[in-house]
Order: sequence, then structure tokens, then C-alpha cells
Amino acid sequence: MLNYIVRRLVYAVILLVLISFVSFVIINLPPGDFLTQKIEQLRARGDRSAESRVEDYRVRYGLDKPFMTRYATWVVNFAQGDFGESFEYERPVKELLGERVTFTIVLALATLIVVWALAIPLGVYSAVKQYSLGDQIITSISFIGIGMPGFLLALLILYYAVTVLNIEATGLFSQQYVEAPWSWGRVIDLLNHLWIPAIISAITGIGGLTRIMRGNLLDTLGQPFVEAARARGLANRAVIWKHAVRIAINPLIVILGSEALPGILGGGGLVSIVLNLPTITPLFVDSLKKLDMYMAGTCIVLFSLLLLVGNLLSDLALAWVDPRIRLE
Amino acid sequence: MSEPLIEIKDLRVEFNVREGIVKAVDGFNLTINRGETVGVIGESGCGKSVTARAILNMVPKPGKVTSGEILYYRRSKENPSDGQSRTTDVLDLTKLDPDGETIRQVRGGEIGMIFQEPMSSLTPVYSVGTLINEAVSLHRLSPVKRVGAQITETIQTHRRVTKAEGRQIAIEMLRKVGIPKPNERVDSYPHQLSGGQRQRVMIAIALSCEPVMLIADEPTTALDVSIEAQILDIMRELQESSDMAILFITHNLGVVANMAHEIVVMYMGKAVERAKVQDLFYQPQHPYTRSLLQSIPKLGQKKSGERLASIAGSVPDPFHLPPGCVFHPRCPAFMPGRCDTITPQWTQVGDDHWASCLLYEEAGK
Repeated sequence: MLNYIVRRLVYAVILLVLISFVSFVIINLPPGDFLTQKIEQLRARGDRSAESRVEDYRVRYGLDKPFMTRYATWVVNFAQGDFGESFEYERPVKELLGERVTFTIVLALATLIVVWALAIPLGVYSAVKQYSLGDQIITSISFIGIGMPGFLLALLILYYAVTVLNIEATGLFSQQYVEAPWSWGRVIDLLNHLWIPAIISAITGIGGLTRIMRGNLLDTLGQPFVEAARARGLANRAVIWKHAVRIAINPLIVILGSEALPGILGGGGLVSIVLNLPTITPLFVDSLKKLDMYMAGTCIVLFSLLLLVGNLLSDLALAWVDPRIRLE
Repeated sequence: MSEPLIEIKDLRVEFNVREGIVKAVDGFNLTINRGETVGVIGESGCGKSVTARAILNMVPKPGKVTSGEILYYRRSKENPSDGQSRTTDVLDLTKLDPDGETIRQVRGGEIGMIFQEPMSSLTPVYSVGTLINEAVSLHRLSPVKRVGAQITETIQTHRRVTKAEGRQIAIEMLRKVGIPKPNERVDSYPHQLSGGQRQRVMIAIALSCEPVMLIADEPTTALDVSIEAQILDIMRELQESSDMAILFITHNLGVVANMAHEIVVMYMGKAVERAKVQDLFYQPQHPYTRSLLQSIPKLGQKKSGERLASIAGSVPDPFHLPPGCVFHPRCPAFMPGRCDTITPQWTQVGDDHWASCLLYEEAGK
């Protein structure tokens, strides 16, 4: 077991190095670099003084060094916890991300809990009462949730909030609280804003998960061991939860590890952009557009790290709940 | 000895599906006496398994018991030692709430069941011991000896068995069904056992609560022939030591000949013949039974080039059952004008030998 975990961690490190290299290469593929873009902008505005400082910047950011040297420096620093400096903001990447990580995680965990707490009971109900009115309603709403892109839903809710409810729906705080220190009012203000992204992510997330739970459980309910458990005299509730759901839920553990955990940082990107939320994704998208390479690279490596850790955790969890799975 | 335990009277089970209504069981009668083995044989889809599930009031959806009753002569399990205060209630199992307390006590506790698919009848995430324990803790009570304050004799009361006791019972049961090293096997998971061992475990679970009847729904169909013989032996041994009735459902005539005292032949949801095992095999009366027996290959009697006898035609479409006797399109003794118009009645054709065929109704008149 320990052996297995160590081996997986070693693979994960190798994989991370490869991912970081490939993403570094890809970020470097577009012609030019951050500075050439910057100069274009300044020139368009008629500012010529920057051109003389370009060489200073080039040296400062190490853009004059060969590709491999830059990569090596970045990786070594990364391993020591220094993620480099953002060209765009002229601040360390670590600081910039740090500001947003908390909100991202709060938002994602809130959604995750809502989604799972609702989707599993709904899926179970939907399967146990197959073809009942309740099942039909849940199924219809699920399909709307799956079919409707999150950003479209965000726009609709935004429109509704502004025109009908007459409230400001973007961002996580109202104007007066954005820079304010934490206070009771600020928390309430946060909650007032948080429900919109939470609902959007929940509707789009619940649909798929409910359908998966329903399908898995229907398969399991048809298994002989469910009938055998009932024939042993167990109450319906015990048959469903202890014998059917207990088996049907296993595949969801894989989803939790491989989708939900990386989704904490990366998920809901478009929704975040539409609603102007201070999560990591808008920053990441922006950094890709502006060739802000250390920022972009750090985001990619962080997402990959979460995916790898998530996969490892879900494999361990699966082996823990299902005796048929052995880690070798 | 021949005290009835289960009486099935005119049972009808229908499946209401999109294409129409399937009468899976259509006016079926059967009496099972205490300690006796009754075999039910018939082709796939003749309603054997549905009847078994109806006894436990767990007919799968969209099936429904539409009429008839299943009477269960229930002896109180309490105080089996004092003998005199045993009462017998009559319960109609089909009228009970399918998730109610009473039927749940009957299921597993008084009527155990083993299934056709030992490979998938055990929940894969629980160990054998856990599964047996689960059944035992639901149904089995353990006597408590308590010395009264005034009187010196012991008073017996009952309580639920504890986990440790349940584990002991599990080990003991595994030993009884012939699982080697029961002390270790009790912690095995189903996937670590072979098919035969899993069926033994199923039997151990079913018998751990000391039921008065065991329903065995094709328990050996999925097993090798050598394992089949072992499983049948175990069932017979355990039956002898416990005075338990067995309802043995199978399509294997050889198996049922070995196991049952009495045999009921089913065709399209109806009982067509019922007799003691000897009578049925040596003097079959119903043309369907005869055809079934003829279709068993016999060693040494076959001339070269001769084809194995089979029943002409095929099982009718359950949505369009033939009028009159449902077997008439395939029957070698078909009487035009009678069999396709008149529904045959249950007729006595010998000593404890009944058949549902117009051949004998005519003779009786």
C-alpha cells in the first residue's frame, strides 16, 4: 500500500515536470513575447519612451536568455516555492494567485457541497421511483441543466437580477465593500453575491451527477444481490442504501477525484468571466492572451497538480470502499 | 406429519407491460407440508420463479398478485422448549404490506431463499461474516438465562444476538455447509470465493436463522455438475437435521427426482400435473409431462441416427395465449373441438396424483 502510494507520487512528479515543459513550450509558441506586445500597445498610444527601457525589461525578466535556461530557472524556483513574476502586474505570481485562491476555494467548495448534497438524494429518488412524476420532473430539470451552458445561464440570471430584482449581480462584493476590511456587513454582502454563482454552478453540476447516480442505481437495483438482501428480510430503506447505493456510488468517487477537485480551481471559468468573479480562471485566461508566461505556467501546473492528487485520492478512496479493488 | 405449512390457492400474478398483460401465474394451487420437499419443474418463463417470489411478497415490478391467496401456517417461534404454548396463526402473505414488519420477519427469518446466480447474489462489498451477521441480527434471538429472585428455576427470555455471537453463528454455519477453514473464510469477500462456495454461503445465510422453509430457485443451474451434486447433498443433509420444508424450483428433471417427495409440473403459469416423485416419473399422465420425460436423453437406448425427442412447436406468445388448454397446439394427444375450446379442470387421476387435462375429465364423466 505505502509502496503503491510512493510509486504513484514519483510518477506524479515526473508527469508534472513533463506537463510544465510542454506548457512552457506551448506558451512560447506564439511569435514575440510579452514585451513585444507591450511595446505595440505603447506605440499605439504614441508613447515612445518605453522603447528605450525595453532592453532593461528584457534583462530583468530574463527574456534575453535562451529558452532552456529560462525553463530551468523557472522550474528550480518553482520547486522552491517561487512561481516567478507576472509581467502584466509586475508583482509575484504567488501574491496575485494567493489573493484569489481563497475566494476560488470558498466558491468551489460551496458549490461542491450543494451539488453533491442535492444530486445524490435526487438521483437515488429518481431511480427508486423510476417513471414517477417526481422522476420525470427531476429528469427534465437535469437535462436542462446539462444542456444549458453555464455562461448562458449566468447571463440570464444577470439580466433577471438587474432588470427585475434591481440588484447588482456581478463580482463577489458591492462597491463599498471591495476594499473594506472584514466585517459582519462584508460577510453578509459576500453571501448576497455568492448565491448567484452557486446556483449557476449547482444547476449545471447537479444535472449530470443526478443522471449518473440514477443510471448507476438502476443498474444496481436489478442485480441479484439486491433481491437477495430483500429476501433476507431487510427493510426497503436498508436494501436501497446499504446494498444498492453502497455499490452504485463507487463510480462517483472517481468523478469526485478526477473532476471535482481540479474543478475547485479551474471550474466555472466562463461563469466567472461573465460574472466578473475574482477567481483564478479569469486571471489565467488573461495571462494566456497577454503571453504573461510565468502566470500562465503556474496556473497550468497548479491545475495539473490538483488533477493528479485528485486521481490518487480517488483511487485510494475507491480501494478503501470496495474490497474488489486492490492497489498493486 | 402432513401438516400444511404453505397453501397457495388460485394464485394469479400479472405483469402489466406496454405490449399488454402477461399472466405469469394463472390460477396456481400448491400445498407444501412441514418438513417436505416439493419440486416445481417447468420451462423457462412458466411462472416458477414468480410463484416463489409471490410467497415472499416480493414479485418484481411491474408484476402484481391480482387474486388468490398464499396462506402461511405460522407457528410462534417463541419458547420452542415448553412445547405446549405453541400457537399457529394463519397469515395470507399476499395481503401483507410488502415492506411491513410481519413480512420482513417471514422473509429470511421463517422462509429463507437461495437464488440461481450465486456469482452475483452476494453484495460484493461485504464480507461473508458481515452478510450472515446481518441476517442473524435481524431474526435470531438468543436465550438469556436469568435466575429469579424468589424462585430458583431459570427463566428464559430472548434478546437480539450480539455481534460476537453473530460471528460465532456465521463460523458455525460456514462449517455446516462445508466451507474449509471457516474461521478464516468468515472474513472473505464474495469475489474471493468460487461459485460453489458462494452458493454454500447463500445456503448458510438462508439457514442461519433456522427457517421453517427454504425456497431454492434453481440453486444449481449456474454450477458445474460435480459442484451441483455437493450442493444438493448439503441441502438434503441440512433438511434432515432440521425438519425444514423445501420448495425446489428447477428445470432439471434429474435434480428434482433426487430432491423432492412431490413434484408439480408447471406450464404457462398453470399447474398441469402433480404427483409423488415415483408416480410422476413412472406413470406420467399429462401429455406435457410425458413429452418432458421423453426429451431426456437415455444412455444406450438411442439407435444411431435417431434424433432426440423434443416437444413440437414452441412456447406460445404470452400476449396471445391459445384458447382452451394452453398446451393444445403442441400436444400429441390433441383432440380437435375439445382441447381448443374447453379449459381443463384439475382432475384426480390416481392416488395423490392430479392432472389438468381433458383426457381424464372425459374418463371421469
